[in-house]
Amino acid sequence: MNLQLLWLIPLLPFAGFLINGTIGRKLPRPAVAGVALLATLIPAGIVAKLWMFMQSPGVAVAYTVSSRPWISITGFQVNFTFAVDHLTLIMLGVVTGVGFLIHVYSASYMAEDEGYWRFFAYLNLFMFFMLVLVLAENFLLLFVGWEGVGLASYLLIGFYFKKDSAANAGKKAFIVNRIGDFGFLLAMFLLIQHFGSLSFGTVFEKISLLPPGPCTWLTPVALLLVLGAAGKSAQIPLYVWLPDAMEGPTPVSALIHAATMVTAGIYMVARCHVLFDRSPTALTVVAVIGAATALMAATIGMVQHDIKRVLAYSTVSQLGYMFMACGVGAYEAGIFHLMTHAFFKALLFLAAGSVIHALSGEQDMRVMGGLRKKIPITFYTMSAGVFAIAGIPPLAAFFSKDEILYQTYIWDNPLAKVLWIIGVLTALMTSFYMFRLWFKTFFGPYRFEDATAHGHGVIYIGHAPAHDDLSDHGAPVHSRSDTTLVMEAEHDSGQSAHPHGVHESSWIMLGPLVILAILSVVGGWVGVPLAFGGHNELEHFLGPVFEPATHVAEHVVARGPEIGLAVVSVASALLGLFTAWFLYVRNRGRANELAHNFKPAYSLLAHKYWVDEIYGAVIVTPLLLFSRFVLGGLVDAGIVQGAGSAAGGTTRGFSALARRMQSGNIRSYAGWLALGAAAVILVTIFGLHPFTH
Amino acid sequence: MVPVAYYLILAAVLFCIGIGSFLIKRNVISIFMSIELMLNAVNLTFVAFAHMWHQVSGQIFVFFVMVVAAAEAAVGLAIIIALFRSRQTLNVDQVNLMKN
Repeated sequence: MNLQLLWLIPLLPFAGFLINGTIGRKLPRPAVAGVALLATLIPAGIVAKLWMFMQSPGVAVAYTVSSRPWISITGFQVNFTFAVDHLTLIMLGVVTGVGFLIHVYSASYMAEDEGYWRFFAYLNLFMFFMLVLVLAENFLLLFVGWEGVGLASYLLIGFYFKKDSAANAGKKAFIVNRIGDFGFLLAMFLLIQHFGSLSFGTVFEKISLLPPGPCTWLTPVALLLVLGAAGKSAQIPLYVWLPDAMEGPTPVSALIHAATMVTAGIYMVARCHVLFDRSPTALTVVAVIGAATALMAATIGMVQHDIKRVLAYSTVSQLGYMFMACGVGAYEAGIFHLMTHAFFKALLFLAAGSVIHALSGEQDMRVMGGLRKKIPITFYTMSAGVFAIAGIPPLAAFFSKDEILYQTYIWDNPLAKVLWIIGVLTALMTSFYMFRLWFKTFFGPYRFEDATAHGHGVIYIGHAPAHDDLSDHGAPVHSRSDTTLVMEAEHDSGQSAHPHGVHESSWIMLGPLVILAILSVVGGWVGVPLAFGGHNELEHFLGPVFEPATHVAEHVVARGPEIGLAVVSVASALLGLFTAWFLYVRNRGRANELAHNFKPAYSLLAHKYWVDEIYGAVIVTPLLLFSRFVLGGLVDAGIVQGAGSAAGGTTRGFSALARRMQSGNIRSYAGWLALGAAAVILVTIFGLHPFTH
Repeated sequence: MVPVAYYLILAAVLFCIGIGSFLIKRNVISIFMSIELMLNAVNLTFVAFAHMWHQVSGQIFVFFVMVVAAAEAAVGLAIIIALFRSRQTLNVDQVNLMKN
């Protein structure tokens, strides 16, 4: 196979971006979609070919293709280099495969939107940068993709830029990510200082040549990389942008904020495993951050009412799992969960989009219900996703999540058991909020038409449905109500075009749902561990990449406890299912009482632990005040404007003097002329230095 | 033989009269005439020096100046007529439309 084809993988989406971004406005919609789809389908084909090539016997573990030098100064050189190994292959497969399905879905979902060409141009731009990110062979090129996906994310979150909330969410995502990028940049500077190179190959080789054991001087590098990863992968303390990112169109949430971009941080940590393995401190930080994020996001997710927000917090929580897996050194488990998560979370978002589409733009679960019969295919596919994420065997997340929990349990660290308990608790809550979403959306009485009868699902927001849970007590829980009001005018996928009741989506949207549902069911089977009679193919597949990792010894550990641990996690999943069923199907209204009885706790969760407010008070407001009064008032108005006024005033003063000569009086001109002539004569006679003679 | 200094003093006196009236007079035609006076003062010095050095180049310059002065008179008088037609005055102090 000609490896130069690697260049085409990112460049084709870029070409699609150029075509749609420049002349897309004039093209008919099928042509726009055709260009965008081809620009992702062909790379997917190349990836498939590459996959088969890498599987064939006798090929090397990794291949690189390199260009002419990109930056070349004395003692330091960076090339445009792409590398393929098995880790990259999995990422490439996920990005191009899931990406293509979401492109197909979008072709129908966005059909009514006037920004059709813009949407696909941005989507292709995202694919370009994401593929650069996963293919990059050095930190700098990875950083190019890293920044680029941030840009595409910003553009797509703010896709409905006329809506203030969307524009602000885009800015928030971008700025929070900048904090992480700052850490990444500093890490790169340190790497240049230590190793004089940014190439993965060089850096990791030099690290592996070091004497065995931890290297504390690598800890700052690793921690700065973690900061970068926390920004991109929405971990504590930088997770706040992801829930707001749901302002973007739903396919964007599925592609960027669930399946691909947010996993870039996990990919980066896994890619740098050689570095992280030398710094147990950094790994512990990663594991603790991951566990804390998983737990915190899951608790918030339990009380959200917006269907997309539930999924957003669920994504943050699942990313926490992956972080935890990386932190305990189980990179394969993290990547395994990354892959299955890409399948079922993309599925859940797309199915949620289908529900929203069916309900003409409604996202509030309190007015959903009984949709099982109305949109059966969406229901069945979404059920696959819900059962998968909840960890019901033998669906995808059962195997991947279980692997993470098992690896956490056997982690050689005093924190291992604590993190494992957090993990199990999170699994319980994950199961609870996903089934809560499932029951509230698809079961119970059908409520939507009542709502629409009073003015198209807008007016009732103020006085929310009485018979529903949790919402009616707390303070202004429903943070989205203001945006919901705006939604009718312009929302996801031009919903106003469907005034007629609830309807199933077109097959262009359902096709990707079905494929993803199948993947969500069978996706976990590539990693069935030995304890369940499988071969853990994924671990073998990734073996060449992670083999040098320190946890090699764990492979031989007897997997006795694994079945016991699996029983616990399945039990927790079933408990979550049962609780959700009990609260939302059996005893409707029990949830309200609970919320009422535990009002402080409920209020804390409903306000998302007031994290946004705390950040606002501690960071954003002081910064704004500093900018307004010190930088704006003193520096800008005082020094900068003062200097400008001074320069202007001086010029004006001189010009006032000079202006006197231009009196308009002809005789004064004549006088100046005579004076000048006299001066010339004097100079001619006496010279310029009359006194030197 | 009249010494050349006499010519030069006469020319200087003429030139100063020219400059003085050029600065003092308000009537455009008077200003114009004072310019002619200055030109002729210069012509006189040219001729005087040409005579003194026995060279014709000074005299040729005098012809040049005369030709240019004639052309200037034609153009200048045309401007003065146009000025009078539009402003009904020959007072230069009142011809300050470009000011402000």
